[in-house]
Amino acid sequence: MSEEHKLYIKKVKRKKRSILITQISILFLFIILWELASHFKLINTFLTSSPSLVIKNIIFLYNDGTLFNHIFITTYETIISFFLGTLIGLLIASIMWWNDFIAKVINPYLTVLNSLPKVALGPILIIWAGANMNSIIIMALLISVIITIINAYHGFSSVDENRIKLFKSFKATKWQIFTHLIIPSNINTIFNILKINVSMSLIGVIMGELLVSKEGLGYLIMYGSQVFNLNLVMTGIILLCLLSIIIYYIIVRIEKKFIKFF
Amino acid sequence: MKELLKINKLSKKYHTMKGEIEAVKDFSFAAGNSSFIAIVGPSGCGKSTILSILCGIEKKSGGKIYFGKKDITIGYMLQNDTLLPWLSVLDNALLGLKIQGNLTKETKKRTIELIKTYGLGDFIHCYPNELSGGMRQRVALIRTLAIDPDILLLDEAFSSLDYQTRLEVSNDVYQIIKKENKTTIMVTHDIGEAISMADTVIVLSKRPAQIKNVYNIELNEDELPSSKRTHKDFNRYYKMIWEDLDINV
Repeated sequence: MSEEHKLYIKKVKRKKRSILITQISILFLFIILWELASHFKLINTFLTSSPSLVIKNIIFLYNDGTLFNHIFITTYETIISFFLGTLIGLLIASIMWWNDFIAKVINPYLTVLNSLPKVALGPILIIWAGANMNSIIIMALLISVIITIINAYHGFSSVDENRIKLFKSFKATKWQIFTHLIIPSNINTIFNILKINVSMSLIGVIMGELLVSKEGLGYLIMYGSQVFNLNLVMTGIILLCLLSIIIYYIIVRIEKKFIKFF
Repeated sequence: MKELLKINKLSKKYHTMKGEIEAVKDFSFAAGNSSFIAIVGPSGCGKSTILSILCGIEKKSGGKIYFGKKDITIGYMLQNDTLLPWLSVLDNALLGLKIQGNLTKETKKRTIELIKTYGLGDFIHCYPNELSGGMRQRVALIRTLAIDPDILLLDEAFSSLDYQTRLEVSNDVYQIIKKENKTTIMVTHDIGEAISMADTVIVLSKRPAQIKNVYNIELNEDELPSSKRTHKDFNRYYKMIWEDLDINV
């Protein structure tokens, strides 16, 4: 390796490192400023809470024995709706790819459902599915399924015509085209859908929990705001941030293992 | 010479809401064993349609196609290499066999032999993005040859390559086809490519594609396309075909 190249690599690495350091610094600076401002009574901690109060609250919930229960419930609901939403969405998109007639018939309904704010269906869901976890999961499903179908169908139907022609020249069956060409061509699309669905499911679950729940992080936030305990609200939000980062990170790790080319 | 393929008054119409487009009209010709036929014509004249019909991807509107052999296998090599980026060179080459359910120890061994014979032995486990354009084209040809086709169809197979590579790949492919002794039908818009590779050149008119002229190319078959291009006869053919096409513009 030449000196020049070494220097180049060093430069790139240094830049990467300084970006990371700056990112972390901003986070810490924010937390420190928040803490200092509340400590010197520059802000009203009754309204804004503070990092130390949030930590106290987390410890309190931990001692109470409910901390992991709330996290677990939200995670559980998110995972269920994530898997169901992805599966159902991909299945419907596959059917649409398979049958052009069905695709064309469904299309306008999808467009309408996609633009409809799903939270508007909340009250109906509660009446139909009951004030329980079912409503929450259905809410999250509604949010993730539609977008999954739209994205997956778009990916499936934009596979290179020439490649399809190639498969046809080998007299491939439609099933072979689907499994050997459409799915592998869309690995990227599918992982993007997974990433989007993680956040969609989480949004749906929290929305559902805000509407109707007795446990979960959404419940903490809702309950906190009702009794005007902003500490609890902030705690819920921060736990939620951590949860979504962890789930997202897991997907990215799986993607890195899975995807070698493209 | 026994005819391996005979086409009689083939026609193809495309239907759109705006109307009917006649792509091919009264196209008749016959191909003997191990002949190399090139079809040239103005772009968009329906050359590729003929190959698609022969290969069964599209349905014909009229006419008859006879094959001189039962259960004929046709290999179709498309424009651009269409190698699948998630498969290795070997898996790409085996794709046709796999799809057709003919992947056995023997056919796999034969394909590996092809890969080695045609200079890709060291790259057998590489992925397409690690290969040059010319190498990718060679893999695509091997994939087509792996199914042991009776007739080989080349559809503008080199048009995505730059000129230099194109000449080299033409040489490569020519040698491979001659060695494997395959009957070949090549569609191209490149007159030089047609003359330097084929023994018969069919010139088509603009749409609907009809046969305008047929030339028997009498150049030394043992020479490579690149060296055939230096013959004075090459220029003579070139001029004649050019004029055929020019009239149609």
